[in-house]
Amino acid sequence: MSRRTRILVLCPALLGLGALFVWAIAGLPAFGDYRGPYGYVLNRVVVPLRHTTNVVMGTTFDVRGVDTMGEEFILLAAVVGVMLLLRDETRSRQAERHTSRLRTDAVRLVGIVMVGAGLLVGLWLMAFGYITPGGGFQGGLVVAGAILVLYLVGSHRDYRPFRDQHALDPLEALGAGGYVVIGLVALVSGTAFLTNLFGLGKTGTLLSSGSIALLNWASAIAVTCAMLLLFAEFLETYVVPLESEDSGS
Amino acid sequence: MSYLPYAVAAWICLVGLVGIATSKNLIHLAVCLTVTQSSSYVLLLSVGYVKHGKAPIFFGTPLGSTAVDPVVQALALTDVVVSVAVIALILALALDAHRLSGSVDPDEIADVSG
Repeated sequence: MSRRTRILVLCPALLGLGALFVWAIAGLPAFGDYRGPYGYVLNRVVVPLRHTTNVVMGTTFDVRGVDTMGEEFILLAAVVGVMLLLRDETRSRQAERHTSRLRTDAVRLVGIVMVGAGLLVGLWLMAFGYITPGGGFQGGLVVAGAILVLYLVGSHRDYRPFRDQHALDPLEALGAGGYVVIGLVALVSGTAFLTNLFGLGKTGTLLSSGSIALLNWASAIAVTCAMLLLFAEFLETYVVPLESEDSGS
Repeated sequence: MSYLPYAVAAWICLVGLVGIATSKNLIHLAVCLTVTQSSSYVLLLSVGYVKHGKAPIFFGTPLGSTAVDPVVQALALTDVVVSVAVIALILALALDAHRLSGSVDPDEIADVSG
């Protein structure tokens, strides 16, 4: 199909979709006029029942903890998919080497500060996820992003430990598998899967919320490692394979 | 005014679709898909908004004060994770397509077979 025909087909389709949107929006309650009971119920019960002050995390890791497990495995499946697509023994040798390194001290300095600041913010988001805004997923992305900045401003050698799959694979398994194991512990002890049975602790402190804290850390590890594995795979295939790094430079 | 956030979500979705359909570059196409997906964040968060509601985090805010729906916020989190996963897969496919056909233009790639 040529670009011209495609745009011709697109126009009526968009008009139709736009009309459906108008129809749908007309049937929605006005902005701010929330009618569902669940939000109100959760905002009332999660803090007293689960001792976590961040109701979003309480919802993510407790009320709908099984969904979040599925979500974690979507990420795992995507990483495996990227690896299978990119991993091709014949290709990594053809990969071009992009060796032009950063030479500006100012940019490097700002970058290094960003690495430190990013790591700190990411770890804070992870650790206090069930108390203040944050959580394992968000913190994991920030930490992985901060580590990638290290690659951009540092040297290949600095980044090397973070693309070592012998270290990342078991950690990823620990994160993803740990979530399931925490759920199974509840099952073995005679309650439902993922029941929150660890001591709930004092609300508003790090020692609170029971298994939410553990699930939060499991997903933090899983997300950080998933991202680092993705970066490692793209780097290996398209930027600089580890082998050629060994022989050259 | 009270329907503006929903209209914004619909507009973002449509603009993203236009971008996908008229794209001449697979990377640009992937970005357009992200734009389309972002409309779902706007929609989710505006559906769960309670007038004068604060974030559903009761650290320093007394329990029982008006707060927005935490369920849609958790769903938006799922949405972001899925979006990251999808974008990684699409970029990997785009790189593969470029390797096989030497082009990132979807129209030129369409002619390649096998």
